[in-house]
Amino acid sequence: MTGGVLLEARGVGKHFGGVKALDEVSLTIREGEIYGLIGPNGAGKTTFFNCLTGLYVPDSGGFAFAGAVLAANAPQRAAERGIARTFQNIRLFADMSARENVMVGRHLRTRAGVFGALLRTRSTREEEAAIRRRADELLHYVGIADRADDLARNLPYGDQRRLEIARALATEPRLLCLDEPAAGMNATETEELRLLVDGIRRDGTTVLLIEHDVKLVMGLCDRVAVLDYGRKICEDVPAAVQRNPAVIEAYLGGGLA
Amino acid sequence: MTRSWLAPRPLAGIVLIALALVALPFVAALGGQAWVRIANFAILYVFLALGLNIVVGFAGLLDLGYIAFYAVGAYLYALLASPHFGLHLPFWAILPLGAIVACGFGVALGAPTLKLRGDYLAIVTLGFGEIIRIFLNNLNAPVNITNGAQGITLIDPLALGSFRFSGNSEIFGLVVSGPQKLYFLLVAMALVVIGVNLRLQDSRIGRAWQAIREDEVAAKAIGIDTRNIKLLAFAMGASFGGIAGGIFAAMQGFVSPESFSLIESVMVLAMVVLGGMGHIPGVILGAVLLTVLPEVLRYAVGPVQQAVFGKVIVDPESLRMLIFGLALVLVMRLKPAGLWPSPQRRRELAAGAQESP
Repeated sequence: MTGGVLLEARGVGKHFGGVKALDEVSLTIREGEIYGLIGPNGAGKTTFFNCLTGLYVPDSGGFAFAGAVLAANAPQRAAERGIARTFQNIRLFADMSARENVMVGRHLRTRAGVFGALLRTRSTREEEAAIRRRADELLHYVGIADRADDLARNLPYGDQRRLEIARALATEPRLLCLDEPAAGMNATETEELRLLVDGIRRDGTTVLLIEHDVKLVMGLCDRVAVLDYGRKICEDVPAAVQRNPAVIEAYLGGGLA
Repeated sequence: MTRSWLAPRPLAGIVLIALALVALPFVAALGGQAWVRIANFAILYVFLALGLNIVVGFAGLLDLGYIAFYAVGAYLYALLASPHFGLHLPFWAILPLGAIVACGFGVALGAPTLKLRGDYLAIVTLGFGEIIRIFLNNLNAPVNITNGAQGITLIDPLALGSFRFSGNSEIFGLVVSGPQKLYFLLVAMALVVIGVNLRLQDSRIGRAWQAIREDEVAAKAIGIDTRNIKLLAFAMGASFGGIAGGIFAAMQGFVSPESFSLIESVMVLAMVVLGGMGHIPGVILGAVLLTVLPEVLRYAVGPVQQAVFGKVIVDPESLRMLIFGLALVLVMRLKPAGLWPSPQRRRELAAGAQESP
């Protein structure tokens, strides 16, 4: 099921003042897998995401994506290369409708410029129609088609998470990075999310997942890396990670393992 | 969606508005040609405010130096169509050129500054506006380009072939004055800029602007090149400023640096904010009100005092600005989203108030 290397992180380091948020983190994600990134609060998971998606510039190391170096500090470029993300604290365009949120996500893969907009040429109108159609498909795909005209801010929490995923998918990513998508969800919603993420992978998108819900991670991921104090302490299949003494110690504290 | 204010309006409404627009200069002329000129200025400011609306209302970039582009357009027209350099190019050649040159200035200002946000951007653009004005004031030595503080006089009035937009002429047996002819030209141009605003708002570019306004980080993360898209807003806004400036120069026949002071930038911004940022009908309302109200006060304040107290107690000029300022404060206090806000902006403000009690 899994293919060649899609993303390679080499010795990624990032510090804020005296705090080492990431310390020489290296990992490899293969095409077609669901890769979990877990660790206690403050372990550096989101910092890793921010470095990967160009919001932060790593102090050392870097990323190779699909065989070519990924430019640092260029979120647009990362998205263009095929890396899409969601945010831990949902960042939707709150006063745009659900459909418009996804339509904006098509920006990268569409072309119409000012003259197209002003003259409403045939190609522009066709593109607009295609954008709208694709947005509706994606809303249907994540299961919130009936909320298309609602403002993003008025959606229930779980639907906002889904909308963020739909918006990310609209950019046609090869790697979808989800930052704690199940945070705040109840058991039913989490199960629905599991099915959604599994489906996204089956449809050909590699997934990088930060998550606290251990059950979800263990049930969903092919491989898992564990971060603790910015350092990768373990990378393995879920079953092996669960038994790893260093991981148990990181989560439960020293002396108990 | 954003166009709903237009769509459901029956044909009758559009015809009514058109008739009112046609009748206006003739009705205004009953009170003297001065009122036609005031109407012309109101439309010119509609044009200008809609240009700034692209920058402030759509893309959410606070620009306090917008009048600089107006100045660039005005001076370009003045230099290319006056005895100052002995050039007399036709206006249909200068106005597009003004748009392009102002657009260039917009890019020159935008490129280095668009990493700044909010207040910081406002301060830099404010500085830019002043720099342009000071340049215009001092570019008379060693080579006299702008004629300094004296400004440039005897600018050619608008003319299309043998048809002149100044002086009376008889059309279909009706005597039409210069300002009235100008009025129709301005209305036509304002309709174009309204169309541009409407179409931009409801497009891929318009959505990207809105996304940047709402959450720049998220916009970047989905691959919007925020720098270029913001630059585009700046360039487009500047182009409209440049065109408006050219018309202004032709209308007045005279330009000098003092027409482009900071207070002018503030006024245009006030039109956008007071009317309802990002909402095209609101911005039009704001521009018309802020142009016409001070003029009405100018004519009303003195006689009203005379009638009530039997003498003029407070100098009309200072009382006029006092009332005007008070009106602005009241509007912002009672209708913080503007007089005629877009449904969307009203929600944004309401939500903002909830989040920060």
